[in-house]
Order: sequence, then structure tokens, then C-alpha cells
Amino acid sequence: MSLLDIKNLSVEFQTAHGLFRAVDGVDLEIDQGEMVAIVGESGSGKSVSMLALMGLLPWTANITADCMLFDGIDLLSISKKERRQIIGKDISMIFQEPMTSLNPCFTVGYQIMEVIKEHLGGTKKELEKRAIELLGLVGIPAPETRLRAFPHQMSGGMNQRVMIAMMIACNPRLLIADEPTTALDVTIQAQILELLGELQKEKGMALVLITHDMGVVAETAEVVNVQYAGQQVERQDVVGLFDKPQHPYTYALLNALPERATSKRLPSIPGVVPGLLDRPTGCLFNPRCQFATDKCRKEAPDHSSKVLCHYPLVDGKPTNNHPGVSASDVSVSGGTA
Amino acid sequence: MGSETVLKADNLKRYYEVKGGMFSKGGTVKALDGATFQLEAGKTLAVVGESGCGKSTLARLVTLIEKPTQGELLLGGMDIASAHSKEDMITLRQMVQIVFQDPYGSLNPRQKISDILAEPLKINTKMSASERREEVLSMMSRVGLRPEQADRYPHMFSGGQRQRIAVARALMLRPKIVILDEPVSALDVSIQAQVLNLLTDLQEEMDLAYLFISHDLSVVKHIADDVLVMYLGQPVEHGTRDEIFSNPQHPYTRALLSATPVADPNRKKDRIKLVGELPSPLNPPSGCSFHPRCPLANDRCKAERPVLASTSSALVSCHAVEEGRS
Repeated sequence: MSLLDIKNLSVEFQTAHGLFRAVDGVDLEIDQGEMVAIVGESGSGKSVSMLALMGLLPWTANITADCMLFDGIDLLSISKKERRQIIGKDISMIFQEPMTSLNPCFTVGYQIMEVIKEHLGGTKKELEKRAIELLGLVGIPAPETRLRAFPHQMSGGMNQRVMIAMMIACNPRLLIADEPTTALDVTIQAQILELLGELQKEKGMALVLITHDMGVVAETAEVVNVQYAGQQVERQDVVGLFDKPQHPYTYALLNALPERATSKRLPSIPGVVPGLLDRPTGCLFNPRCQFATDKCRKEAPDHSSKVLCHYPLVDGKPTNNHPGVSASDVSVSGGTA
Repeated sequence: MGSETVLKADNLKRYYEVKGGMFSKGGTVKALDGATFQLEAGKTLAVVGESGCGKSTLARLVTLIEKPTQGELLLGGMDIASAHSKEDMITLRQMVQIVFQDPYGSLNPRQKISDILAEPLKINTKMSASERREEVLSMMSRVGLRPEQADRYPHMFSGGQRQRIAVARALMLRPKIVILDEPVSALDVSIQAQVLNLLTDLQEEMDLAYLFISHDLSVVKHIADDVLVMYLGQPVEHGTRDEIFSNPQHPYTRALLSATPVADPNRKKDRIKLVGELPSPLNPPSGCSFHPRCPLANDRCKAERPVLASTSSALVSCHAVEEGRS
């Protein structure tokens, strides 16, 4: 049995302009010690789906799912009190901005010890010893003195390390990292990603990495979920995703990366991610898709398949009896080999 | 493509005095400590480095928002130190314009797009209202906005479109130099490609010189002709794009390149691990400012500050490279 099993998760928000589906039929399965990356642009519902799992969404959110099991426990039906015993202990989450996720009024030592005290208990001495050990583990020099430092006295990278120390304090089995390095410089980003990878291997944690950076995905993840406008459009292992993307969105997104460009002009994706008011009928990607047909504009593709597309791509060409693509469209594929 | 030099900076410095507080001593922050470079029409110079390396201070100096503490800055052959009259300043300001990182914060939410774009003309030229309107509409079509969008407000646009508006505003006065301060780092990948394409097209069309400030090396590799790598206010390496990316010399440039994630899962690489963090600019290390994090540092690096010197390829400021220890 897998550690986390989510099937057909949807999150809807009641807004002034009507119902907005932020997450639409997302599946996620993750085993002990596995690493899954969720990648997508802003508004693709990647954070919201994880917040739904954590139970951190406001009451306006309507969460539905066929199943949402963590280690056999149904997270949808348990009470708030029971959930609180799991969240922060067995499942924990790191957020994007370390500066705003830490409380500026307390020392980092206090904040780390609070987590341990809440879930595992212990005397003050034990707590302090454990906090020092954790700070050392995440690579903070002189952890004994840093215990008494406030968040504003440390840099962004150091604060992110403190966040990580806090989150692994209770030896979680699942760690969700929501854009953990977006606010950091590249040399610090490399340090933090390496640290997360090491911890994941050492402790056998499952790790969900939410990111928009294809480079980070390529270097760290094993399995990748690609999301677009709240829907999960493709799920593949990382090598397959970069070598043989099957969904036209993944394909176009990879081609739009400057480092994969073959000419001065980048093959960009026209248009923007649809919002609340301009949701297209049929496949949500059809207005921006170079392969879209009448079928795509009318019928939504089947959720149960691995690739959310009527005509999954093979080597950059649509299959399933696609009515035909003009030669000029296919030529964009150059440079993906 | 002309190769006219539109900007020349020589040993540009900007220091800030910091007042001491109740618990701290005052001091001098050397935000920018000796930058020398040139910009040519139709070319792009990228300035890369981590936060605190002086990229944005450089942008503020070049756009005349602040005056350099020391050093010479020539815009279109005119020394900014000798420009005292109002007319001179207007001429200079029309030559340089800037596009900021955050398209949400850099546009006034209470102004219509047409007013935002017409404002530079209103202040700096003697055009009539109808002439201004015409200019605005022609610039809008140039950056890919439709004329009916002229009377909308910024909140009605997406991030990518707002960045187009910011670019249009910067180009209203037909500048020769455009400073692009992280112009695409707030945008999604698919939108980023659209804006980068627009910038490339406009550069070709109007023969613009770009000073492209960024921390994203994959974007820099795509768009730049020359690259200037900065660390703690000082340039550490300066060369053409190919020199920097295929044959980086300075240990910091190498570490920066190896730390940048590459979108290719098959590429296994030896990462150069940089230990520690950027030191405080209030209290920079002695000698070479990179020595506490540098794998090649020795006693000379701790004592003596290196200068930019030419090597077989780029200009590098490093004792180890000079001595052939790298």
C-alpha cells in the first residue's frame, strides 16, 4: 500500500462570480522514500491541492475526493483533532518564503522546540538538545548560539534551513516542500535542494516538491506530475518527461525554456492560463494548443488516462488518428532530442 | 547593426554611509566598488550575480537616479558629471530608460494605460495631446497590445501584458539604452518566452542597447552578447557570452554555473559546492572578497585584493587564475 493515495481530488471555491474549480481531478500516489515533483505555472492549483491535503484551506473551499488516504487513514472523514495529530508530525510542509513563515517575535530555538513539545513532549533539556541536533543536521554553523537568534538576524537561506529543521523535527514520513527555493539565490538554492535530497534518502521520507522551475525538477525529482489550470495533464518519470513529453502543454513548456532554444526566437505558448471567467469548453488547454481540433474544443479528455489529451504526442507528433497537422507546426519540435 | 558605443562606465563606485544605531556602529557600505564596462547599440550586456552583489545599484547609477560616488559615466559621449543645466539632464534622461522586475508594482493602478504611456512624453516633450495619443497607440501595437486596451487600468491585464506595458513605457522617449532589471523573473515560463521574444524584436527594430540584469543564467545565456559577473559590489569576470559559459575562469563564475539547475535529467554533473553565504557588505572580507567561500583561496587571496586582468579569454579578477592554480 502506498503512503499517500489521493484519487480525483477537486477543490472548489465559492466566489462572487460563481464557483471556481481551482483543482480538478488530481491524483497523487506516493510511496515511502519516493520523490514526486508537482510542476505547473501560477494558477495551476499545485499549492491548493497540497493545502487541501494539509487541511489548511479556508472554509469557503469545498474539497471532494474519491479517496484521500494517508497510511490507510482517511483524511477526509477524521476530525480536526485527529488531523492535528498527523499534521506537523507525520506530514509536514515547508513554504516558499522562510521570512514570513517564521514568527518574528520568538527565537528560532523556541519555535523548533515548540513543534517537538507539541507532538513528542519531553523536558526542556531534552528539547534543547534535540533542537541543537536538528540545527546541526541542516547545516547551521554554531547551532548552540543560533538557538537564541531571531529570524531577522539570519539570512533567507539560514531561515529556510530552520524551517526544514522544524519540519523534520518529528521525523515525518511525508514532507511537502512548496517552492522551497524560489526566494533564494542559486548557490543557496543548490545547498537547500541537496540538503532535502540527503534528508529524504537518510530518513526514508516521501517528498513532494512543488515548483515551477523545470531545472529544479530535472535535477531532483524521480516522478513528475504536470498540472495546468487545476488539472493534472501528465504524469511520467523524470527522464521520460524531458525526453518524450506526451501532453502538448508539457511539450510546449519545455520548448519555451531559453536553455533548450535553438534560435534567437523562443517558441512561446500564445495566450495565458485561463482564469475564472474565460474557461474554455472541452480541453482546458485547447485555445493555446497548436494541435487542437474540433473534438478538443467540444469534449474534455478522459481523466482516467495517464495523459490528459485526445491525441497524446509521440516524438512531438499527435497520435490517435489526429486529423492532420500542417508541416509548419511540426517543425517547432527541433531541438528537443 | 551599428557598433556605436552608447555608454561608457569607468571605475564606477557608489558608497552608502550607514549611521550607527543604539547597538551598532556606523560604517560605509560599498554597494558598487569599481565597475568598468561599455554598451554598444544593438547589443546586450548582462549583469549577473546573487542578491547584494550591486546589480541594482548599478542600474540606479546608469539611469541617473543616483550619482556615482566616484568614477566616470558617459552616456552617448556626454559626461554626466558635466551635465548641470536642466536641458542637459533632459537629454541624458531621454537616452536611458528602465523596465523593473515587478510589473504589478511598477504601474500606477489609478492610471489608464494610455496615461501611463503618455506621461513620459508629457513631461519631456512639447507634443500636443493628439500627437501623444498617436504615439501611444503606435507603441502599443509595436509591443503587441490592441488599441482598445488603451483605456483600461493595469489590474485588467495579466503579468505578461503588464510587462509589455512597462516595456512600452520605457520606449516612449526612444531611448538608446534600456536597463532591464530582472524583466522576466516574475513571469511564468510560457509568458517569459513571449516577453523575451518581444525584447529581441524591439532591439533589432530600434537598435537598442540593453543592460540586462538577471540572476537566471539560462535566460542570460539566451539573450546576452556580453556578460559581467559581479560579487559583493565588484566585477569578478567580464567577457563575451561564449567565453563565460563555455570557459568560465573565476571560481565564483564556475560555482554559479554549476549551481544553476539545468532542465536535462540525463546530465549528471559534479557540482562545485559553495560553502557559506554572502558576507555582509558592511564588513567585507579582506583581500579578495570571495576568499572565505573559495576552494582555491590561499594566503595571498586573504591579503591582497585582485584586479580585473585579461586572460586568454575573458577579463578575470582572481589570483588563482593569474597564477595558474585553477
